[in-house]
Amino acid sequence: MSATEGKQNKDTVEASGNTGKLIPVYVMGKRYEVPESLTIMKAMEYAGFKFIRGCGCRGGICGACATVYRKAGDYRLRVGLACQTVVEPNMYLTQIPFYPANRATCDFSQLTSNPEEIFKLYPELFRCIACNLCTKACPMDVEVMDYIAALKQGNIARAAELSFNCIQCGLCASRCMGELPQYHIAQLARRIYGSKIVPRAEHLAGAAAASNSGKYDACLETLMKMSEEDLRRLYREREMEPEIATEDWVPNDTQYL
Amino acid sequence: MDLSYYPGCTLKTKALNFEDSAIAAMAVLGVNLVELPRWNCCGTVYSMADDDLAHHIAPVRNLVRVAEQGSDRVVTLCSFCYNTLKRADLLMRNSQEKRDTINSFMDDEIDYDGQVEVVHLLEVLRDDVGWEAIGRTVKAPLEGLKVVPYYGCTLTRPQGVAIDSVENPTVLQDLMKVLGATALDFPLATECCGSFEIVSDPDAVVERAYAILGMAQRKGADAIVLSCPLCAHNLGQKQAEVADKYSDFTGMPLVYFTQLLALAVGVSPEVCRFDLSFGGVEALLRERGLIPQRV
Repeated sequence: MSATEGKQNKDTVEASGNTGKLIPVYVMGKRYEVPESLTIMKAMEYAGFKFIRGCGCRGGICGACATVYRKAGDYRLRVGLACQTVVEPNMYLTQIPFYPANRATCDFSQLTSNPEEIFKLYPELFRCIACNLCTKACPMDVEVMDYIAALKQGNIARAAELSFNCIQCGLCASRCMGELPQYHIAQLARRIYGSKIVPRAEHLAGAAAASNSGKYDACLETLMKMSEEDLRRLYREREMEPEIATEDWVPNDTQYL
Repeated sequence: MDLSYYPGCTLKTKALNFEDSAIAAMAVLGVNLVELPRWNCCGTVYSMADDDLAHHIAPVRNLVRVAEQGSDRVVTLCSFCYNTLKRADLLMRNSQEKRDTINSFMDDEIDYDGQVEVVHLLEVLRDDVGWEAIGRTVKAPLEGLKVVPYYGCTLTRPQGVAIDSVENPTVLQDLMKVLGATALDFPLATECCGSFEIVSDPDAVVERAYAILGMAQRKGADAIVLSCPLCAHNLGQKQAEVADKYSDFTGMPLVYFTQLLALAVGVSPEVCRFDLSFGGVEALLRERGLIPQRV
């Protein structure tokens, strides 16, 4: 992120068809007048900032554009993703594009689902004092403290479920009294859960084996040789599963099952 | 009777034998231990520093969770969790200034001002269920089993949280007698096992363990009955080292009071997880015919 002082980008607002009134926001302590309906990210670009880091998908998924802000007259620290959060008058904000948090290295293939192994890789887990600042700092409303508590209880499955919406922005780690790298610990928990706890889908292995044994080669070949016109017709006339179908529903043509 | 139940982290990891036997035994006695749907570490140790309020947040948050469930009473099994939660509750009841500071910091929760009574399972057995009712429920009396009760520090100290007499607690003996076992007099019943010195000075714990284990052996005990996973760890993990250093010590089974309670009221031995207990409890109980011989 860099700022080109004094040259506010009117294109952004014109391109979005916005003609709303201007409101004051404070970016890293400096006052800017920005259109009221912009997101923080668009507003900062309007104000002349250019994002070369700390900006990713612009869709609220990647976690690159974490923002912390306060509002006038309120002690609470607020958080959001700059690409999703709309500016408000007298917001005091800054971007936190990265926060240092060490990730433990391990040979994942040698890990088991024994929680003791997570304890050994991340002994700082036990520095948590349940202050809950991590949860308050999460822009995705993940119950961070609760998944840390679940891990201390050896409950990897619960930790994986509770942390599922984590986008790894790092704001939890930035606020932690115990200096935990929560989001790295949660990622390890989800990986262990996914590969060593959840039962394998046996039907999937069967389907993969059938495919590998060449069961569908002939059908594919027929499709490959088809003219585009026939292919389009086939697609248009394909049989669809009804929206409300019973579990034992089967298509009329069962030759590919 | 339903009771809000706070397990604590250790009962979910290293002391499954404590939790599983307790839940099963209490069910037989008509008490349903309902685990809090949401809870965190108790704080492990009650912070003694007068100006250190941060470490009281964890236990107070758990008390808030109990109140959120619409419950005014929570039962614990782990002696350390009991001590930490109970003392945090007393702090919140007795100091308005500290209560206000903690409540104001925890602005994401409802205020806590002592709405919850913290009790230990031994108190529930003695005061709610009652020895007589337990006696009536016993199906397989622990006849011939000689045990010494071991309270450690945290069930009876400090005085404000003691579940029984600070100097001469009897609740464990009373329970053992009701179950048909013989409870021997044990002068070291409330001695410290070495506690968290296990981290910084493990050799000191070997000495503490020898004092307690050796005394139990000289008293002729078959096993030590306890209520604390940390005591079990210190007195259990260090037995090989104690035996190496002191040749008169030959080993001492350690058993949670809930395991013996469960066995006596007819819970299957598999549920009691004697395999997780230190010092050869399983072999002892087999030899006495209290659990079936392995076929």
